[in-house]
Amino acid sequence: MRDMTKEERKAYEAARANLTEERKMTFGRWARTKGWRHAIGLVVVVYALFPIVYVISGSVADATQFTSSFFSSFTLDNYRDLFNDPYRPYASWFVNTLFISGTAAIGSVFLSALAAYAFSRLRFTGRRAGLLTLILVQMFPQLLALVAIYALLVEIGKVFPLLGIGSRLALIMVYLGGALGANTYLMYGFFNTIPKELDEAAKIDGATHTQIFYGIILRLAAPILAVIGLLAFIGTSSDFILANIILTSPESRTLAVGLYMYVSDQFGQNWTVFAAGAVLAAIPIVALFLYLQKYIVSGLTGGAVKG
Amino acid sequence: MTDQRLGLDFRLPEGRKKKTTALNDGGTPSLMGIVIKIILLALLDAAMLFAVMVLITNQDYLFAGVVTLITVLVNWAFLKRGNLPLKYLLPGLIFLLVFQVFVVGYSAYIAFTNYGTMHNSDKPDAINALLLNGQTRVPEANVYPLSVVEGPDGQLGLIVTFTDEAGNEDVRVGQADQVFSPAVNPQFNSRGTAVSSEGFQELSFAQVVERQQEALRMKVYLEDSIESFFIMTPDASQAVTFRPRLDYNEELDTMTRVEDGKVFFDTGQGSYTAQDGEELAPGWRVVIGLENFNRAVTEEGIRGPLLRVTLWNFTFAILSVITTFTLGLGLAILFNDAKLRGQRWYRVAMILPYAFPGFLSAFVWRALMNEDFGFINQVLLGGAEVPWLTDELLAKVSILMVNLWLGFPYMFLITTGALQSIPDELMESARIDGATPWQQLRLIKLPLLLVSVAPLLITSFAFNFNNFSLIYLLTGGGPKDFDATINVGHSDILISMVYKIAFSTGEGRDFGLASAFSILIFFVVGTISYFSFRRTKTLEDVN
Repeated sequence: MRDMTKEERKAYEAARANLTEERKMTFGRWARTKGWRHAIGLVVVVYALFPIVYVISGSVADATQFTSSFFSSFTLDNYRDLFNDPYRPYASWFVNTLFISGTAAIGSVFLSALAAYAFSRLRFTGRRAGLLTLILVQMFPQLLALVAIYALLVEIGKVFPLLGIGSRLALIMVYLGGALGANTYLMYGFFNTIPKELDEAAKIDGATHTQIFYGIILRLAAPILAVIGLLAFIGTSSDFILANIILTSPESRTLAVGLYMYVSDQFGQNWTVFAAGAVLAAIPIVALFLYLQKYIVSGLTGGAVKG
Repeated sequence: MTDQRLGLDFRLPEGRKKKTTALNDGGTPSLMGIVIKIILLALLDAAMLFAVMVLITNQDYLFAGVVTLITVLVNWAFLKRGNLPLKYLLPGLIFLLVFQVFVVGYSAYIAFTNYGTMHNSDKPDAINALLLNGQTRVPEANVYPLSVVEGPDGQLGLIVTFTDEAGNEDVRVGQADQVFSPAVNPQFNSRGTAVSSEGFQELSFAQVVERQQEALRMKVYLEDSIESFFIMTPDASQAVTFRPRLDYNEELDTMTRVEDGKVFFDTGQGSYTAQDGEELAPGWRVVIGLENFNRAVTEEGIRGPLLRVTLWNFTFAILSVITTFTLGLGLAILFNDAKLRGQRWYRVAMILPYAFPGFLSAFVWRALMNEDFGFINQVLLGGAEVPWLTDELLAKVSILMVNLWLGFPYMFLITTGALQSIPDELMESARIDGATPWQQLRLIKLPLLLVSVAPLLITSFAFNFNNFSLIYLLTGGGPKDFDATINVGHSDILISMVYKIAFSTGEGRDFGLASAFSILIFFVVGTISYFSFRRTKTLEDVN
C-alpha cells in the first residue's frame, strides 16, 4: 500500500474530524452538543433524588419543628424513638425480615440448585417437559392464589398450629413454593457451563452423586449462587401482600408490613419516626442492589422487574 | 451395555456389570449420607403420621389421603437405589406442587363455594356458633343472689344461691363456660348469700370492680348441653337466667327464634333461611356452583366496578410500560455518548429510585402527595390543596407518575445496554450514507433495540398488571366507589380488588367471590404468557 499524498492526507483528516467531531470546542458549541444534555441530566437527577432526600431529611428532623424545608433541624431522636415503641417493635421487624428473607433465600437457592443439577446432569424422561413447565409456572405469580394460600394455611394450622396463619415458618414455606419456578432455569444455564468432564473424572475416581453435587457443582457455582440468593433476598424482603395476610401479630411482622402500620394510622404525627425506619430499612437493600448492579442489568434476573 | 460415544456394543462380566450399575445409580453412598438420610426421613415420617392421625380424627379424609400419598412417595424415592432425578427434584417439587400448583386448583374450588366470614366452617360448627352467640333472657326465671369469687386457678367464678319452689337453698359454683357444680362447704354473708366455698375465695368490692369486665362476660351453664340455659350477671350481685336465642330442632333440621317464633330452614345454600329470605349468620361452607361468577356478571353493583377495574388495570399496565420506556429510552439516547463527562454519576443517581425498596417508595410518595401536609402541596405548590390521592382521576394520574419514577431507571438501564450492543460500524456507515440523527434513531437504533427489549417489555407489562404493592400502598385503591356493593375503589386494579374483597377488615370477607376474580386474572396472565412464550427464544435453547 502506497503512502498518502499530502492532499489526500489533509482531506482524510478533515473527513475524520468531521465524523468524530474533534473540532475545537467553543462555549456555544459545548452548550449545543453537551450542555443541554447536562441540563436535562440535572433535572432528572433532581427528580430521581428528591423523594429520597426528603425521607432522609425527615428522619433527622425534629418532629415538633418539622416544617417543609430540607434539613432545617438535626436530631437523632427519631431513631431512638423507633426502637422504644412497644406497640411497633421495629427491632423485631428488622430481625424477622432478615430471618424470613434470609432463610427463604438460602432454602430457595438450595432447592433450585438440586433441581437444576438434575436437569443439567441427569437424563430422564420428562426432562424437557419439566423445564418447560417450570418456565411456564414462573409466569404466574404466587399472589394470584393468595386466597387459597390463606385458606390452605388455615387448614394446616388446625393440624400443626406452628405452621398455620401467623407463623413465620409458614411464610417461609410459601416463599419456598416459588423457589423452583424462579431460579431453576437460570441455574440450569450456569450448571451447563461447568464442564461435564469434571464430574465424569470424579465418578471414575469413585465419587458418589452427592459428592459430585456438593464437592464440584456447588463449589464451582458458589459465586453465582450467592448472587442469586442475594437477589432472592431483595425480592422477598420487599414482599408485602403474602407477609401481610400470613403474619398477624405485631412481633412477627416484617418491615414491609410493620412500616405500613405507621402509614395507615396517624401518618402525619409519626412521619419523622417512620422516615427513620424507612432509611434504616432501605440501607441494606440499596447497598446490596448497587453492589449487584451489573448482574441485575445484565439480565441475570431474566427481565424481572423489582417491586 | 453400550458405549454410545464409540458406538461399540460389548458385554461386561456379571461382577463388573453390577459395579457399573452402581456407578450409574450414583456410586456407593457413604455411611454418613445414609445415616443423615434415615434420620431426616424418620423425622418427616413421624410428623406426617401425626398429621394423618389428626386429619382422620377431624374426618378430613381427602387431606389425609394426600399427605399419606406424598409421604409414601418421598420414602419410596429416597429409599430405593437409583431414582436419582426424583431424589434431586422432589424437595423443591413438593413445595412447588403444594404452594404454587395445588393452590391454583384450590382457588378454583373456592371460587365455586360461598367461603367467607359468614361461611367459614362446616355445618355442626355453624349450629354451635348460632346457639352460643344469640341469647335471650328467660323472663319466667327468678333472679337469684350471686357473688363473684376467685377460683383455684386464679380465674373468676360465680357462686349462686339458688332457691327451689319449696324454699330449699342450693348453692352452686362455676367458672366461665363451665357447668355449675354444687358448692362444697359454702360460707354465707349477713344477708344469707353465699360468698365463698372450698377452693373459691371471696373477693373484696374493690377487687370485683377491678375485674368487672371479666365478670360481666362470664356465662355459666346449668346443664351440660349446647341448648342449656345459662347464668350471667349484669351487676356482679344478681344471677339472671338466659337461654340461646334460637331453638334447634334436630329432627326437622330447623332453627326457631324464641322471641318471634320465626322458623329458619336449611335451604342448601349454606345457611338457615326463613321463608321471607332472612338468613341466620354464621352459615357454613357449601359448594354453590357458578353463583359467584353469576353475581359478577349479573349484579349491577359488582359488574360495573369489575368492568371499570379491568379497564383501568389494562390502561395502567400499558401506560406504565409506555411512559417508563419512553423516558428511559430518551435518557439512554441522551447519555449514551462516551464523551459526555460525569456519566457514571448520572447513572448512580438514576439507579437509586430502582434500588430503593418499592414498598418504601410507595410510602414516601404517599407522604409527599398527602393533601394536607404533603411536601408537594405545602411547598412546591405553596399551600394548595390538590387532592392527589383522593380524587377519582388525580389518583390514577398520581399512580402513573409514581410508577414512572419507580420504573424509568430500569428502562434506562436495559435500553442503554441494548444501545451499546448495536455495532458502531452500523451507525458509522449510516452517517457516511448521510442519514440524519433522527433517521439513524428511527430506522436503525429503534428497530434493533425493540428486538432485544420486547420480551422485557412484555415482562414489565405482566409485572405491572399485578403491581399490588404500588396501588395498595399508595392509594389503597381509593377513593372508594360508593355505587358498588363490594369494597372497591376507583384506582383499584384486579389483584388489589381481590385482596380487599378477601381480607379487608370491617366489611365481610368473601373468599368465594375473591377467588372467582382471581381465576379471571389467571386467564389474563395466561394469555400474556402464551404470547411471550411463543415469542421467547429461550424455548429453543431447551434440549
